[in-house]
Amino acid sequence: MKRSSPGWTLIRIYTFLVYVFMFAPIIVVIVLAFNPKQFGIFPMEGVSFRWFVKLAQNESIIDAFQNSLILGSLTAVISTGIGILAAMAFIRFEFPGKNTLNTVLLSPIMIPEVVLGVALLLFLRWLQQPKSFALLLIGHVVLTLPYVLLIVQARLVGIKKEYEEAAKSLGANAFQTFRDVTFPLLLPAILAGALFSFTISFDDITATLFWATAQNQTVPVKIFSMLRNSISPEINALGAVMIVLTIATPLLAGYLSRKFSKVKD
Amino acid sequence: MKSGNWKPWALLAPSLSAVFFLLVIPVCFIVVYSFWLRAPSGADIPAFQFGNYAKFFEDFFYPKILIRTIRISFETVIVCVIMGYIPAYYFYRSQSRYKKAFLLLIMLPFWVSFIIRTMSWINIMGDTGLINHFLLKIGLIQSPISMLYNEFTVLMGLIMYLLPFMVLNIYVSLEGIDKSLLEAARCMGCTEWQAFREVTLPLSLPGVSAGCLLVFVLTAGTYLPPMILGGPSNDMIANLIFKRVIGTLDWPFGSAISVILLSLLFVIVWTYNRYLGINQIFKSFQGN
Repeated sequence: MKRSSPGWTLIRIYTFLVYVFMFAPIIVVIVLAFNPKQFGIFPMEGVSFRWFVKLAQNESIIDAFQNSLILGSLTAVISTGIGILAAMAFIRFEFPGKNTLNTVLLSPIMIPEVVLGVALLLFLRWLQQPKSFALLLIGHVVLTLPYVLLIVQARLVGIKKEYEEAAKSLGANAFQTFRDVTFPLLLPAILAGALFSFTISFDDITATLFWATAQNQTVPVKIFSMLRNSISPEINALGAVMIVLTIATPLLAGYLSRKFSKVKD
Repeated sequence: MKSGNWKPWALLAPSLSAVFFLLVIPVCFIVVYSFWLRAPSGADIPAFQFGNYAKFFEDFFYPKILIRTIRISFETVIVCVIMGYIPAYYFYRSQSRYKKAFLLLIMLPFWVSFIIRTMSWINIMGDTGLINHFLLKIGLIQSPISMLYNEFTVLMGLIMYLLPFMVLNIYVSLEGIDKSLLEAARCMGCTEWQAFREVTLPLSLPGVSAGCLLVFVLTAGTYLPPMILGGPSNDMIANLIFKRVIGTLDWPFGSAISVILLSLLFVIVWTYNRYLGINQIFKSFQGN
């Protein structure tokens, strides 16, 4: 299509409007975080950092942040770890029932979180165990595993089997082959998978509402309970912090991994 | 049997046992529980009876929520296709240097917390929110219009959440179209519009339908947007489950509703898979 044709112009305007729709709520949160007013939303009356200061002094929010960070990191480590193993099995081996099993492992994507939440809680009730941090952790691993599997599998398909065979024929054992050949080649996907599972865990709300207790609240659960009253500038400030964190993390990771791979060359 | 056949199973063991113990067995528990009785004291009594299901379909109250869930899911799917196709097409045809950046940008909301994106509609559509403030300022209205807590705002929240999935699915299938087909169509005298209608559009339909399925399934199980942006009359099935299980601790009934929701989704996914194949869905996650 000619770049100057009216049809193309319309497409561009349309796309632009969709962007406005997608980003308006995000931008508004960040702007309103600096709103000095206690009540009402607009108009803004100046710029203030008071809500950020108030956040930093709010111990229950700091606690929630800590919980979320620990939970997200552990989830990322575990689900990336077991996800890599499963991806190796699916891409590097032939065995009966492979496709079915792959679908089973991916199925949590299609199962509503509410159902997953009830199911796991019910099982725990039957086992007569109380809700705990461990419940959140195993729940989040199940939620994030499919994404890790998809990302790692996609990359593993592109890594030639010959590299691994060459290493083996030169006398490396399976572990050495993985450590020195497969793992470095797989690293971008591993980082992406870990990051993805961290973010999903960090942001998850629906299933977490079922599993969290007053002692181990995560940030989204905290925001949810703050919203019960009404929206406040403090929530917007907390939202702004979350937005900056969740966007900065992948950008930083991307930058670091590029830098890292350059050093290795 | 080759020696070493145990290896893939050893590699799969952790994931399979995680999914088996934390998903398969718990879901079986839901099914079993849905037949149990609830004593007036609140205790659960093992039984095999269909009372919980009968209760669901006893009058119009619960089926109405189910129908609302299905209707809202369809609405979301349709709006997402309308809003998502053109941007995906734009990314596909654009030769801008910044194309990759644009595409990354539309994925950005994926990374922004769901609850923050959802609650921010209150900032925009609330009584003292952006839209009311703007309309008051230009003098179009004298007092704020109440826009929140209805099905429309729920739909806004849902679209904001699900649109990137749709765009991504459509884009992946557009990107997979052999560009020489388009050139051939143009050489043979097709106009731009004809080439789109006869070549691009039909070839992108697998992506569109994959996007539709994903959006439908995710909408049907959604809890947060109706909770935050809807009123009491906008509850969807997931809200009902949450209220019964966490609110009134009625596990058997909550389980029965979960089974009804799962069956609905299963029928839809199964039908889709039977005729169109499910694998297209997963492609969009692997694209990048």
